[in-house]
Amino acid sequence: MDFAVALDHSTDLAAPGADVNQPCFHCGLPCADTSISLAEKSFCCAGCKTVFEILDAGGLQQFYELDRAPGVRPADEQGADRFAFLNDAELRATLLEFTDGQHARVTFHAPTIHCAACVWLLENLFKLHPGIGRSEVNFPRRRVSIQFDETKLTLSELAHLLASLGYAPSLNLGTPEESSKDPVARGLLMRLGVAGFAAGNIMLLSVASYFGLSPASEGFIQRAFGGISLALALPVLLYSASGYWASAWRSIRGRVLTIDFPIALGIAALFLQSLWDIAMQQGEGYLDSFAGLVFLLLCGKWFQRKTYERLSFERDYKSYFPLAVLRKTATGETAVPVARLNVGDRVIIRHGEIIPADSVLISPAASVDYSFVTGESAPLARASGDYLYAGGRQRGGSIEVEIVKVVSQSYLTSLWNSAAFSKSVRPDIATLTHLAGRYFTYAILAIALGTALFWWLYDPSFLARAFCSVLLVACPCALALAGPYTLGSAMRALGRHGFYLRNTHVVEAMARADAVVFDKTGTLTSARSQEVAYQGVPLTDTERAAVVALARHSTHPISRAVAADEVSDLAIADFEEVPGRGVQGRAEGRLFQLGSQRWLAARGDGAPSSYVAIDGDVRGRFVLKAAYRPAVRRVMESLARRFSLSIISGDGPGEANALEALCGECVEAKFQQSPFDKLDHVRALQSRGHRVLMVGDGLNDAGALKQSDVGIALTEDVASFTPSCDAILDAQVFGNLPEYLAFSRAALRVLRVAFAISLTYNIIAVSIAASGHLSPLVSAILMPLSSFTVMGFSVGATHWAARRMGVEDR
Amino acid sequence: MSVLFLLMGASFVLAVGFLLGFIWAVRRGQFEDTETPTLRLLTEDGGVKGNPLKEKKEPHE
Repeated sequence: MDFAVALDHSTDLAAPGADVNQPCFHCGLPCADTSISLAEKSFCCAGCKTVFEILDAGGLQQFYELDRAPGVRPADEQGADRFAFLNDAELRATLLEFTDGQHARVTFHAPTIHCAACVWLLENLFKLHPGIGRSEVNFPRRRVSIQFDETKLTLSELAHLLASLGYAPSLNLGTPEESSKDPVARGLLMRLGVAGFAAGNIMLLSVASYFGLSPASEGFIQRAFGGISLALALPVLLYSASGYWASAWRSIRGRVLTIDFPIALGIAALFLQSLWDIAMQQGEGYLDSFAGLVFLLLCGKWFQRKTYERLSFERDYKSYFPLAVLRKTATGETAVPVARLNVGDRVIIRHGEIIPADSVLISPAASVDYSFVTGESAPLARASGDYLYAGGRQRGGSIEVEIVKVVSQSYLTSLWNSAAFSKSVRPDIATLTHLAGRYFTYAILAIALGTALFWWLYDPSFLARAFCSVLLVACPCALALAGPYTLGSAMRALGRHGFYLRNTHVVEAMARADAVVFDKTGTLTSARSQEVAYQGVPLTDTERAAVVALARHSTHPISRAVAADEVSDLAIADFEEVPGRGVQGRAEGRLFQLGSQRWLAARGDGAPSSYVAIDGDVRGRFVLKAAYRPAVRRVMESLARRFSLSIISGDGPGEANALEALCGECVEAKFQQSPFDKLDHVRALQSRGHRVLMVGDGLNDAGALKQSDVGIALTEDVASFTPSCDAILDAQVFGNLPEYLAFSRAALRVLRVAFAISLTYNIIAVSIAASGHLSPLVSAILMPLSSFTVMGFSVGATHWAARRMGVEDR
Repeated sequence: MSVLFLLMGASFVLAVGFLLGFIWAVRRGQFEDTETPTLRLLTEDGGVKGNPLKEKKEPHE
């Protein structure tokens, strides 16, 4: 269990300038003052107090006994109509898993679930409202399933109740599809159980023959045991091992030898030889080895498929878009599902909301933040009549836009659906395991034929037995287990350190990469801490305080950065916000203005900045400095030794010099790159023979992330949106990237040694088999021994490597 | 030696019982979320999942 989400929230929501005071009784954040309190308990905000009151009235005080300050601060109230769109019949039908008009069931994704108290509270929701029945939380997936009575409580009221408790459901365009996914392969578990059952029981029956129970004296018992073993082995052959038959058949049809082919050959030989032995009453066969091997192979498959259930590696633009927007109608405003927007609709976009489709601005001005889509860090000022591409986020006041293209044909959507962005599916066949399996198959077939030829010449009665022995003992099970256990352990070690891989193939691909491409905005720079620098005529302390106080009232990113730096308690009079232009107000009798270059008629070079004017006189400007992550220099220095590095940015070249000073000259930097340019850059590197590892964060990197051999999405908060990728890296551990890459190479070295060990066993076993001396007892010892040695070595050596590289719990 | 078959029969019945139990558990989805039950255990009421009175009326999965 991890509490990363909880920690993220406390840093994210901490009010600027709050003194270290008593922690809020509900959420644990420091309270600015003691003005909000109830029953001798302090709260940081009215929202937290309201939650306390709701829980207190509902008899759920136990929530606060489960953990200290376990609550989540509810997001700022956006009005009771925030979830009104859920009343739309069509939308409701897609979200509800079941309904008969009265009883309904819905599953919400609530990313703020973070502790045992959350689980308890959400499973006791029925105490808060008579319309709520059973509710059940799935903690690893951060989901809550609720059964409720639609006649007493509507879906939107339910969502609103959750939001008011601090568990706002995350609803976006991709939600209806996402909820239908079943993450757990029940089939594999079932196959595993059946194989384990059969293997254990057959082994018990075989113990007798291990101790040399002779067939002559106990013929009947032996026949009975053989028959029962055969009956137990049949489900293993037909059900548990069915995946291998299918895979081997595909391998033959596709004329590409995978590791599954020799495995299928081996277990088929084991079963047929046993069948023959039992039918001819020559012994009990190798059924214990057969069932045991299938069981171990399936265990390897199970170990390999570690999934991070609360992450999604498959997200596309749909998870980024809202589910519904406010449409202007003749009578007022109604919420409409985004998918049903038509050309010509007038839509209201509030502060922080996303423009869902290409549209034209109707309001006088807007400030649109495209950083996630284009990589451009500064918000763009737009005037009435301007064309707005979908995907931008409005900053500042509400704006009204008119839809020009429907969602499915908008720029962002068409970008995503464009053929250039869909990567040709990389088959898993190129992995080391399958490569080894291929050579292995050729060698085994050659040896088996050679053996057959030898015995045909010298003693044909031995031919069939020796040929079959070679095939059955050569089953590369240990070889097949080395991959899952080595790479699976490596994947887990990385996952404990904030680096989550999609599957085990990514470890291998990472180890082979020789070029690293970084995105700049949001990847090398941090989106959270943005620093500003003042340029121009120096301001006095009072003037500075007035500007800071003014900036506090604005939602513009630069203003927010200005306000975040300093504390000011100066009062601003006659405050006015001119949307898309700036803010102004009076302090100490003078007019202070903070806004765009055009608004204040200032001279400048067009760099993202906010200008300061006092009494109409332009004094200077605040420039946004990209705040590079502290680890950038170390990461670059350490990677430069091994990789060819490049940085691609959607921003202008203003940062070129700073970047070069930080990263060194050997790093190739490209600026003003569109999403397609980024994709082309990765392609060009690949065509020069490089294996590319790309680190990015936004939708603008999505194409390049897909095209690269390993696409890593960097994120500040693993619960938030990340473009589809091979791995997700927590921004907090960005500085460890070189160690993680070195560790992946170490894991591959471990894998090679594990291959060598399993091959040694195979050579020993094959030489015994070729001489015609293989007995069920030898097989029963040798096969599990080789598998367990390889498994033990793989897991142990990977853990050791992880510890040595510092990629392990200390 | 016939006691051997009696014992074997008994052990098989037991083993098959376990296998059926396992299959039942997988079908019921008990392996799908192994983390939340450990958290439910921490609360005093042992994690009552909703109003038990209403449960009978609710549709089964």
